[in-house]
Amino acid sequence: MAQHQVNYTQDGGLPVALTSVDKVINWGRSNSLWAMTYGLACCGIEMMASGASRYDFDRFGTIFRASPRQSDLMIVAGTLTKKHAEFIKRLYDQMAEPRWVISMGSCANTGGMFNTYATVQGVDRIIPVDLYLPGCAPRPETLQYAVMMLQKKIRAEKAGRAQRPKRLV
Amino acid sequence: MQQPNRLRPFFENISFDRKDNEMVINFGPQHPSAHGQLRLILHLQQEQITKAHPDIGYLHRGMEKMAENMIYNEFMPTTDRMDYIASSSNNYGFALAVEKLIGLQVPRRAKVIRMMLLEINRLMSHLFWLATTALDIGAMTVFLYAFREREYLMDIIEDYCGARLTHSSIRIGGVPLDIPDNFIHDLKAFLDKFPQDLKDYEDLLDSNRIWKMRMENVGVISKEMAQSWGCSGVMLRASGVNWDIRKEEPYELYDEIEFDVPVSEKGDNYARYKLYMAEMRETSKILYQTIKMYEGTVKENQTELMAHAPQYISAPKIDIMTQNYSLMQHFVLVTQGMRPPVGEVYIATESPKGELGFYINSQGGPYPYRLKVRAPSFWHTGILTDLLPGSMIPDVVSIIGTTNIVFGEVDR
Repeated sequence: MAQHQVNYTQDGGLPVALTSVDKVINWGRSNSLWAMTYGLACCGIEMMASGASRYDFDRFGTIFRASPRQSDLMIVAGTLTKKHAEFIKRLYDQMAEPRWVISMGSCANTGGMFNTYATVQGVDRIIPVDLYLPGCAPRPETLQYAVMMLQKKIRAEKAGRAQRPKRLV
Repeated sequence: MQQPNRLRPFFENISFDRKDNEMVINFGPQHPSAHGQLRLILHLQQEQITKAHPDIGYLHRGMEKMAENMIYNEFMPTTDRMDYIASSSNNYGFALAVEKLIGLQVPRRAKVIRMMLLEINRLMSHLFWLATTALDIGAMTVFLYAFREREYLMDIIEDYCGARLTHSSIRIGGVPLDIPDNFIHDLKAFLDKFPQDLKDYEDLLDSNRIWKMRMENVGVISKEMAQSWGCSGVMLRASGVNWDIRKEEPYELYDEIEFDVPVSEKGDNYARYKLYMAEMRETSKILYQTIKMYEGTVKENQTELMAHAPQYISAPKIDIMTQNYSLMQHFVLVTQGMRPPVGEVYIATESPKGELGFYINSQGGPYPYRLKVRAPSFWHTGILTDLLPGSMIPDVVSIIGTTNIVFGEVDR
C-alpha cells in the first residue's frame, strides 16, 4: 500500500479552514451589499457617478437594484420631503432583513440647508440609520468609504440571530 | 377619507373615476427611470395609456420661500440645488437677474469665464441626459461611456471651483476666481478628443434597431402643442421652432460667437436625441471660441473679474486687507447684504434644459420681496398630461427620458 506522502504540518498545511459561522455569513453579507436606487436629489447623481465607469461600485459587490425586495442596503441620497416621507417608510419596511441604511449627504442627515416647512429634518426621524456621511454633495469616494465602513460594521455583528431592533433618533 | 397627520398631509386629493376595463397604475415617486421623484398616475386600456396625471412636489423644498429670508449673495448656493446637473447655469441665471436689477457692468474677462463655465455645464448636462436615457432604454454601454466623459468635465470644473456637482462658481457681479493654469490645456485636450467620443455614441445608437424602435415616432410633439405648453430648449426646437435665447436675446458675449442652433421638424424622441447630439457639437465649437476670447483678454491685460460697484459688490481681497474703507464696506455687505433699488426684473437664460428665468421683486431691502424661478423642467413635466395618452407603457420611460426633466428644478 502506498504511503500517504503529504506532510500536513508543512506545505501549506491542512486543506481545511476553520472559522465561525458568524464570520462566513458576515463575509458573504458584507461583500454583496445590494443597494437600492434611492436617488432623491443631487446626491443621487453622485450615487450614479459612483456606480458608473470611473468609480465602479461593482468592485465592492455593490450592485444597484431597483426593488426594495432585492436589496440589503438603502442609500438615502438626497432631500427627504414630508410628502415623500411615507414612501421611504414603506420601502424600508419592504426590504428583507438584515438591512442597513446609509444616510448620504447633509439633507438626509439633518435637513441640511433646507430648514423649511417642506423638508424632513433628517431621515433618521423616519427610519433608523446605520451610517451618516457628511457633505453636500459627498464625493463618490466618500460613498465608497462609507460602504467600506458599513462592511466593517457588518463583519462585527452577530450573524445568527435576528438583528437587534434599531433605534429611531 | 384619510386623516391628515404629520406624515400624511392632504395631497392625495386626486379623484379617480373608475370605469370598467380601465386600470389605474401608479408610477413612482421612487422609480429608477422617473428621473428623480416624478409620480405619474396612469389610466390604462390594456397597454395603452388613456390618461396621465403627473403628480409633482415630492422634492419641494421651499427654495423660493427661503430666498425671501436670505440676502442676495446667501441665496447663490441654494440655486445650485435646483438643476443640480448643471449648477452653474442656475448660479448664472440668478446672478444675471440681480445684475440687471442693480444695473451692473460685468468685466469682459469675467464674461468669458462665465461663458466657458456655462458651456461646460451644458456639455455635462447633455452627457448626463444621454447616459440616463440610454440606461433607461437598456443601453448600458452608452451610460458607462458618457459618464466617463462627464468625469473629465467634472475634473475641469473641480480645478476651477473645487466642487464636482454644486459649483457656486459665479458671483453677482462677476466670477470669484481667474481660471487656473492648466484649465485651458485640459479643456482643449478634452475638446480635441470629444468628437471621437460623440461618434462612438452615435455608432452605438444611431442605427441600433432597439434604439430606433423605442425612439422613432414615439412621443411626437407638434409645433402648436409645444408652443401652447410653454416648452423651451430642445423640446421646442425638436418641434420645428427655431428659438434659442442665446440667439434671440443674447446675454454675455453670445452675440460675438458664431454657432448654429440645430432645429428639427419631426418632434419625436429621435429628433430630440439628434438635437442633443448636435448641440454638444455646437457647444464644443463655442468653447473653442471662448478659449480664443480668453486668450484675447490675457493679451489685452484685462484682469478685472468683478464689477466695480462699492455700494453692492465687495472690493477685491487685496483692497479689503489694505484699505480701511473697503474693509468697512465689505463688513456691511457681508453682514447686512446689498440693497438693490426698488423694482422688479425677469431675466431668461438658455439653460441646458430650456428657458430658465428668474423673477425678482425688490422693495429696496436686503432680502428679495419675492423670487420666482421659471424652470424649464416644470413646463416639460406638464406636457406629459397631453403627450402620454395614446402611447404604450414602455414608451412612458423613453418619453420621460427625452423630456430631460430634473426634479430639483420642477419642485424647487
